[in-house]
Amino acid sequence: MRRIQAVAWKEIQVYFSSPMAYIVGLIFLGLTGFFFVRDLGDPFPEASLESFFQGATLILILLAPTLTMRLLAEERKLGTVELLLTAPVRDWEVVAGKYLSVLVILLAMMAMTGYYVLLLFVFADPDPGPVYAGYLGLFLYGAAALAIGLLTSALTSNQIVSAVVAMGILLVLYFTDFAAGAVKNTLGSRIIAEISTKAHFDDFALGVIDTKHVVYFICLTAIFLFLTVRALEAHRWK
Amino acid sequence: MATEYREYGASTNPPAMIQVRDLTHYYGPRPAIEGVSFDVQKGEVLGFLGPNGAGKTTTMRILTGFMPPTQGKVTIAGFDVVEQSLEVRKRVGYLPETVPLYTEMTVTGYLKYMGSLRGVAPKRLPVRIGEVIELCRLGDYRKTIIGKLSKGFRQRVGIAQAILHEPEVLVLDEPTIGIDPIQVVETRRLIQDLGREQTVVLSSHILPEVSMLCQRVLIIHQGHIVAEDTPQRLAQSLQGVERIELEVRGPIAPVTAALRRINGVTEVTATPGRNRHTFVVQARHGQDLRDEISKAIIDGGWGLLSMQMSTMSLEDIFLRLTTKEEL
Ligand SMILES: Nc1ncnc2c1ncn2[C@@H]1O[C@H](COP(=O)(O)OP(=O)(O)O)[C@@H](O)[C@H]1O
Ligand SMILES: [Mg+2]
Repeated sequence: MRRIQAVAWKEIQVYFSSPMAYIVGLIFLGLTGFFFVRDLGDPFPEASLESFFQGATLILILLAPTLTMRLLAEERKLGTVELLLTAPVRDWEVVAGKYLSVLVILLAMMAMTGYYVLLLFVFADPDPGPVYAGYLGLFLYGAAALAIGLLTSALTSNQIVSAVVAMGILLVLYFTDFAAGAVKNTLGSRIIAEISTKAHFDDFALGVIDTKHVVYFICLTAIFLFLTVRALEAHRWK
Repeated sequence: MATEYREYGASTNPPAMIQVRDLTHYYGPRPAIEGVSFDVQKGEVLGFLGPNGAGKTTTMRILTGFMPPTQGKVTIAGFDVVEQSLEVRKRVGYLPETVPLYTEMTVTGYLKYMGSLRGVAPKRLPVRIGEVIELCRLGDYRKTIIGKLSKGFRQRVGIAQAILHEPEVLVLDEPTIGIDPIQVVETRRLIQDLGREQTVVLSSHILPEVSMLCQRVLIIHQGHIVAEDTPQRLAQSLQGVERIELEVRGPIAPVTAALRRINGVTEVTATPGRNRHTFVVQARHGQDLRDEISKAIIDGGWGLLSMQMSTMSLEDIFLRLTTKEEL
């Protein structure tokens, strides 16, 4: 546990000692603010944050890979992976530490948007249930996006490649929902719809917490973290 | 000359700190190392000598648990590097060839991180960091960003992180490569200090460095150990050999054959030149074969351009062992 903490703490320090965390944080805050204002401008103001949560997931498609791209790709580029993998730390502990660090950043970014929610509660009288649901969904979505980004970071020593590939995977997972709509009602289309992140997120944005969707995101995250550990192990055989 | 490789029995006692048995590693179709076996006793400083591509880094990466070997077995302090990798890694300090460092961290920040990663107790860590900074003479650079340090100082930071957790075994891969001569002297002095108390395995392609720092030398060439002894004995064992170097104008194969036929010649190696070739003839101690050699060359109808006799130094052995051309 101390070692996971050591890895995570080091990464968090790096984020906050470089402009990266601040830039990503500001972009996130600015763009979600834009979607928040759209929610307010709704002709039928139900004091809901649906568009805010939907927008935030789209922004995360771009921002999550930017956060994760450094984590393992840079270790390979600098060669420090050789010291990391010869320290008495298990491969999964390395992955856990790295992942934890970006999870903390994600939570910090989400916490900053609390300002908007506060405004909403001051000036309107929204139902708190959907807000909780939305935030839970956003966190689960973000956690999965970061796991995907961590995997691509483990597969290359080029940070840009890692980010672009992760964005690609996230976009595909997001939009398979529409593709499924086009194919219509075959078994294939149902399967495609089932793997879409958007299809699983929509309920959260509407304020519904369905265990099925929670399990989906947790599985997605677990699968990609598992693959990351394997990718790191494979690096030893290279 | 195929050096007889002596078999290490299970009877080695006391048990060696490092036991390497029949290590083979493939990256592709050709083995990078093959059938490498050796022991390192507690407190010994072992030198791994070989030119680029000999397999030094490969061996060290296996010793440090970075990668599992294709075949063979390594134990360090009784722990298997594959099966009990974590136990091994706790006991080994490693300085990789490229000295990988997080360039954006400060020296102290980096050592703190590596220390906690290596499991140094939180209470002990600041004390220990102070000690290694003192030992590696990094006192003036505690707060310096690593990226701004010169290569020599980065090397010292690399050594500092390797000894931070007081490992039983220190593995240093080409610790003086690419740094300026003054820093080389400093680094060697530091290694000498460390070697007084610790088991050290260091690799190098610089012979004088190895003879200066190590009690025992393994010479590795194309993935095989070709010689193994103390630097002194390696020199002595071959001092008994007379070496004659000659330049001949004539075809390589027949000249070599003619030279080999001379009574007392133990080995002939040839280095092709433009229109003359250089031959090195080795003879048993005390035999001056220069008369016979010149006679053989002239009888063959070739031109003898020069001939020199010398006694081998360790540097020659190394050159011969590692640049030998098969005819
Ligand atoms: N990662 C790798 N992939 C493929 N071949 C490698 C790799 N590392 C080393 N080799 C090859 O293995 C051989 C031994 O290399 P190495 O152990 O680095 O030698 P040394 O450290 O003595 O210079 C060389 O022929 C080298 O080209
Ligand atoms: Mg090497």
